[in-house]
Amino acid sequence: MSHTVTALALHGVVKEYPGGVTALRGVSVEIGRGEQVAVVGPSGSGKTTMLTIMGTLERPTAGEVCVGERDLASVSDADLAGLRAHEIGFVFQAFHLQEAMTAVDNVALGMLYTGEPLRQRREAARAALERVGLAHRLDFKPKQLSGGERQRVAIARAIAKRPLIILADEPTGNLDSASGGEVIRLLHDLAEDGATLGLITHDESIASGFARRLQMRDGEIVADVRS
Amino acid sequence: MSVAAAEVPRARIGIARLPVRELFGTALAGLATRRLRAVLSALGIAIGIGAMVAVVGVSSSAQANLLAEIDALGTNLLTVTPGQTFLGDNEVLPDTSLAMIDHMQNVDNDAAIYQVSNANVYRTPLVPAAQTGGIGVDAASDNLPRVMGVGLASGRFLGAVADRYPEAVLGAQAAQVLQISHAGGHVLVYLGNTWFTVVGVLKSALLDSTLDSDVFISLPVAERMFAVKPNPSEIYLRANVNDVGSVSGLLAPTTDPQNPDGVQVSRPSNALEARAAAKGQFTTLLLGLGGVALLVGAIGIANIMVISVLERRTEIGLRRALGATRRHISVQFLTESAMLAAIGGVAGLLLGAGATEVYALTKHEPFIVPLYALIAAPAAGFVIGVVAGLYPAGKAARLSPTEALRST
Repeated sequence: MSHTVTALALHGVVKEYPGGVTALRGVSVEIGRGEQVAVVGPSGSGKTTMLTIMGTLERPTAGEVCVGERDLASVSDADLAGLRAHEIGFVFQAFHLQEAMTAVDNVALGMLYTGEPLRQRREAARAALERVGLAHRLDFKPKQLSGGERQRVAIARAIAKRPLIILADEPTGNLDSASGGEVIRLLHDLAEDGATLGLITHDESIASGFARRLQMRDGEIVADVRS
Repeated sequence: MSVAAAEVPRARIGIARLPVRELFGTALAGLATRRLRAVLSALGIAIGIGAMVAVVGVSSSAQANLLAEIDALGTNLLTVTPGQTFLGDNEVLPDTSLAMIDHMQNVDNDAAIYQVSNANVYRTPLVPAAQTGGIGVDAASDNLPRVMGVGLASGRFLGAVADRYPEAVLGAQAAQVLQISHAGGHVLVYLGNTWFTVVGVLKSALLDSTLDSDVFISLPVAERMFAVKPNPSEIYLRANVNDVGSVSGLLAPTTDPQNPDGVQVSRPSNALEARAAAKGQFTTLLLGLGGVALLVGAIGIANIMVISVLERRTEIGLRRALGATRRHISVQFLTESAMLAAIGGVAGLLLGAGATEVYALTKHEPFIVPLYALIAAPAAGFVIGVVAGLYPAGKAARLSPTEALRST
């Protein structure tokens, strides 16, 4: 048994949606702890579906999903939510920040369902915002922030709870290339701390910065390249 | 493998939790972002609950007012009247009745009236005999007003003079029919073919309104002129406040020891209290209208919450991605809905209390909102909110957690 510890594993994962759409046709992949993986492929190739299944937002129609070497098939929905609350951080293309909340409270919201008291959550939020270089924007509301800054707040929200896995879906999709590059550098840096990073992109230049790249087409992984 | 498990420091899955304190904060924040809408939908509940509180408050105030009046007149008044025989004929009270009752313990004061059935009263002899105006003629004891707690609107009541001369006192209603508002001077009424001087006009007798349509003369005059027998047609008495029950039990055998079954005893304040209670209940229809307003308010809240769920699909998706369970989502929306309606309930309580205050001030009645309304109004709002929120909350919980990823 000469493996590094697996953070995420899919075995023969199939996902069909009602109406006969098959988004994934037997995907198998293992991602080790601390690995940084870019997922590339044209739209409709199943990238986002794979991410939702990795992130336990959906269950596969068939196949096996393991997070931290634990098969999720027998895990209840409530426990999957617990897994997301403690172990998985999401970064979305559209940021999804709460307009009425300050940066600190947006980040603290990321830990709401861990059950930690507000004071501790705010403390962790401040630390996370410092980590993403926004120590000077703590009490700003999303409308007062630039696009790149908003995405950094969203990243801080994902990392504040020190998750095992960070999953990002086109995090630079709504950003110009300068702030996009900054966000990607930040994600790389953060993952250096030991978290596993899975990132969807269709930007080859971003993907080329990753040590491992999964190429997807028509619901299958057609190439798994390490450099 | 246990080895593998040991290698993975965080193999145990943490639990997704949402502490209650955080839940209220979350729900409040959810409402605060849509303030105007929240206020408008809470208003629906406020109007419904306000209407109900006002109805209850106004009727309680009116009832309290009537009860206070009854209390002022005393609830220790008892009446003794002849009952009916087995065959349905009227019994006759013995002419010793009043003297017997006089000698009872715990009877403070008593008065009797004697029906003068063969005389009617008119303003002048020219009035046709059939137009009696519904006015009865009674002989009465001198202390009748004191026993009944009735004041005089004008003049004085019967006294020693009236025992020898034709003097009359009019009940309030009788005075109105005869169009006599003041006694004194030379106001006369034509009573049983004789002119009687009107020496007094009574105020309205709340405890026995039948007295209002009577004209009173003294017993000696009645006996002399109309051959009235001294068998009382009704006896009024005041019992010692603490012994009303025992006095009332002894009245029949005391009045007519030979035939106690032929004596009927009653307590007029009971009837009035029943009327007061009825006054507190005639409002069912208005309460129903308040209920309809509440129902409309509840539907309004359900409607707003459904819209809110549709608008906040991404927020819900985000929360699910952040670790919220279905239950957390549904409880959050239920709490929002319940808070909204409970706030409406409190506002309704204030509205209703305000309306009651205005009513009480204008009618000079005591301001009363029943204590239970203080708890019932917000509680009703809360329950309505929970019920109205059930469907939207379920809808929110069933949304797919991938919403946040799908929307850009």
